[in-house]
Amino acid sequence: MHTSSVPLYWRLQKSKYGLFGTKCLSCNTHFYPPKPLCSECRRKGRVVEHQFSGKGKILTFTIIRTAPEGFEKQAPYAIGIIELDEGAKIAGQIVGPFERLATGKRVRPVFRKIYEDSDDGIIHYGMKFVIDGKS
Amino acid sequence: MKVAVVGVGQTRMGEIWEKSLRDLSLEAGSLALQDAGLEGKDIEALFIGNMSAGRFIGQEHLGALMTEQAGLLPIPATRCEAACASGALAFRKALFSILSGHHEIVMVGGAEKMTDLSTGQAVATLASAGDQEWESHIGLTFAGLYALMARYYMEKYGLTREELALVPVKNHMHAMKNPYAQYRYEITVEDVINSPMISDPLRLLDCSPISDGAAAIIIAGEKVAKKFSSPVWFIGGGHASDTVSLHGRKSLSSLSAAIKAAEIAYRQAGVKPKDIDMAEVHDCFSIAEIMAYEDLGFAPKGKGKELLISGETKIGGRMPVNTDGGLKVGHPVGATGIKQIIEIVRQLRGKACNQVRDAKIGLAHNVGGSGATAIVNIFSREGG
Repeated sequence: MHTSSVPLYWRLQKSKYGLFGTKCLSCNTHFYPPKPLCSECRRKGRVVEHQFSGKGKILTFTIIRTAPEGFEKQAPYAIGIIELDEGAKIAGQIVGPFERLATGKRVRPVFRKIYEDSDDGIIHYGMKFVIDGKS
Repeated sequence: MKVAVVGVGQTRMGEIWEKSLRDLSLEAGSLALQDAGLEGKDIEALFIGNMSAGRFIGQEHLGALMTEQAGLLPIPATRCEAACASGALAFRKALFSILSGHHEIVMVGGAEKMTDLSTGQAVATLASAGDQEWESHIGLTFAGLYALMARYYMEKYGLTREELALVPVKNHMHAMKNPYAQYRYEITVEDVINSPMISDPLRLLDCSPISDGAAAIIIAGEKVAKKFSSPVWFIGGGHASDTVSLHGRKSLSSLSAAIKAAEIAYRQAGVKPKDIDMAEVHDCFSIAEIMAYEDLGFAPKGKGKELLISGETKIGGRMPVNTDGGLKVGHPVGATGIKQIIEIVRQLRGKACNQVRDAKIGLAHNVGGSGATAIVNIFSREGG
């Protein structure tokens, strides 16, 4: 049922695996997920590739208990909106004990399995986030 | 030129396993025709709001299919999609077809058949109204998206879990008298905060249900509409967009598309928030109704809960909201935007299940996705 086909996922591999996004050299806005057009500067913008560190903080989070098809075995799992240090925001799963979840906490990226298409289907990988030891 | 609603009809909302999307749509459309006192041959075009029949029942090409089903061939038919705002979008496109001078009498339907799928499949289908590559792909659901907004809002403005529960408590109370509602029982704050957790901090009773249902209205241009006994006039509307992904937004505690759509609608209608006698707002999750109070200008930013706690948005209050029960009556996503307009028509005709005394002006607020589409329409009893 999930529509993330092999070619679709293959196209996104660089940004999903390596946290490659973009930034506009004209206004210094960072985009992750990558955007080819800066909506502020439009044709005056100069958008180039930018690799994010993946470090940031939790703006808000939830724990998904009723999961969509394909994620049932993972439930419950935490998802947060992470504000990356460069200013872009991204939704990501947050691994680790739920008790440590709190808004404002610092996170760093970890490479993890996102889901499996089926028992004999392909495995989708990508970045999740883990709360920094210190915070 | 002005446009008025001259006929309304809807099905019951709920798990209607014995009826198909075709059956439900035909039922709603026939009731709207009867209500208007018109015949099929009077309808010049059909617009239908539907989010995802392709995934819910594997059927696309709904415009022509519904025209065939209704025995209205060969009139033109258009299917409109903007996730849960598909109904209001269909209304706007129908409105423009009259305002442009192409048609005089048009039918607008909204329908969704959601219960043919398992819950997991339905949740995944609804999640396709979010950003498929960056939200749905990590297992983020619609309850999850609104839960992210709920936590952000609660921490920022000091809204408590108990206060948030007052939204479904109120809307369940309103739905008690609504014969079309999926749920017709009263609930308490304790019921809400003890119901199963769906996506922290949102619980089962914070969520709109998965439903089947259809709704239809007939709209007409001024010359024709004036011949009807109680036309309800469209006086202003707005439609705005935002990022499909929640993480792409500047604000996580309001819907900027709704603020913009409301601003355009108020300006076109020449009215202010205080002039609104009743409103139908898109309470897909309880936090959405509190944000809607603020986005629509009924309460200042961060003060939506005070309006809720004061009881002014209950029937009998100064600003009744979701007088038919809101999305607690069921949320067949494509039908919701039309169902909202139907409740406003009933109120302005003086024939609603929870009648607001002397209601003259009503507002409908229909939202698609987690706020990427917002459509606000304002109607008046007078103005023809």
